[in-house]
Amino acid sequence: MLQGSNLVCVRGDRRLFKDVSFSLEPGGLMLVLGPNGSGKTSMLRMLCGLSNPAFGEISWCGTAISSLGGEYYSVMTYMGHLSGTKDDLTVVENLRISSALAGLEINETEAREALQYMGLSGRETLPVKVLSQGQRRRVALARLLVCQTKLWILDEPLAALDVSAVKLMQGLLERHLGQGGMVIMTTHQEIEVTAASTTQLQLA
Amino acid sequence: MFLWVIKRDLLLAMRRRSDVFTTLFFFVIVVSLFPLSVGPEMNMLRTMAPGVVWVAALLASMLSLGRMFSSDYLDGTLEQMLISPHSLSLLVLGKALAHWLVTGVPLVLMAPILGIQYDLPVEALFVLTISLLLGTPVLSLIGAIGAALTLGLRGGGVLVSLLVLPLYIPVLIFGSGAVEANMAELGYDAHLSLLGAFLLVSLVFAPWATAASLRVSME
Repeated sequence: MLQGSNLVCVRGDRRLFKDVSFSLEPGGLMLVLGPNGSGKTSMLRMLCGLSNPAFGEISWCGTAISSLGGEYYSVMTYMGHLSGTKDDLTVVENLRISSALAGLEINETEAREALQYMGLSGRETLPVKVLSQGQRRRVALARLLVCQTKLWILDEPLAALDVSAVKLMQGLLERHLGQGGMVIMTTHQEIEVTAASTTQLQLA
Repeated sequence: MFLWVIKRDLLLAMRRRSDVFTTLFFFVIVVSLFPLSVGPEMNMLRTMAPGVVWVAALLASMLSLGRMFSSDYLDGTLEQMLISPHSLSLLVLGKALAHWLVTGVPLVLMAPILGIQYDLPVEALFVLTISLLLGTPVLSLIGAIGAALTLGLRGGGVLVSLLVLPLYIPVLIFGSGAVEANMAELGYDAHLSLLGAFLLVSLVFAPWATAASLRVSME
């Protein structure tokens, strides 16, 4: 489904990695590993089309993602280091607006259910700026519950999460993989996720 | 979708009213300073009025350009917009429209009241308002290109004025020209038609150029 061949990443005059190839099938989990500064985030940004590889090609179902455009974005969800939540909006507004931006409009009830699942019940109408880092992360991750995309690209999704939230994420990832979804993620934390196939992509 | 972006930006403006009022008060104060400094000489004030009001509107609308994309850039929502399945040009158009509703419309509404300080006749006040109504959306649309190009740069605020102010000149000339023509009892239709033409051209091209600049800035 998703394939990368001979990817090269150049930042400024430094080459972060070269000749990275992989292929990911439905139900597959890919962990991108490597020390700090090895280009994990650059890799993920390439995979979601935010930047272009210096060399090599990324293709989805056999077609280069750069030529797919919106078609690719409608099957893919990316969560970066930045939470993508607005401080001045309430938790529910944030979830509804970010879902709408990602191409799926949800109603108030659906949003509240997702937030309840993420352990944010009772805080739906608070502005995000009063929440803690971990809670903000939960707000951002609640979008994974409502989105219906096949491919999830997650950059450090477990950062700032507590033990129970990590468990929650584990369940969420397993459910998605079980339904034939695909996950690409980076993490420095230990997480056991059972998947049809797990590949590890080691960056130098 | 388009409506979601507008709704979101208006909601954010509502929660941060100080940003809206800064622009409006800047406009009110700059326009009011001139009659105070020049003195109560009616003829001089009347000839100055269109230019002063228009230059103040230009500067006021530029004051808030920096915020147009930078807050979205800092909290990662801009990133999400770039990978949205919706057309980025359309999202940008929504943002520019919201910017106009928040910064442009208050100026348009305020202008006739401020024009009284300059002893403008009623018809000239009317033409001034119409010219601002047609011209201020162009300022937001062109400004969006500048804001997108200078995104994430240090000292972007100064750079954006250097980039955008020269592009505002045609709008300034025909906007204030319409009012002057009216006061000289000449037809002002041509000026307004040209402003309308600017608006249409920028409606078509500015979102596209802004979207392209955003993609470059974010890479």
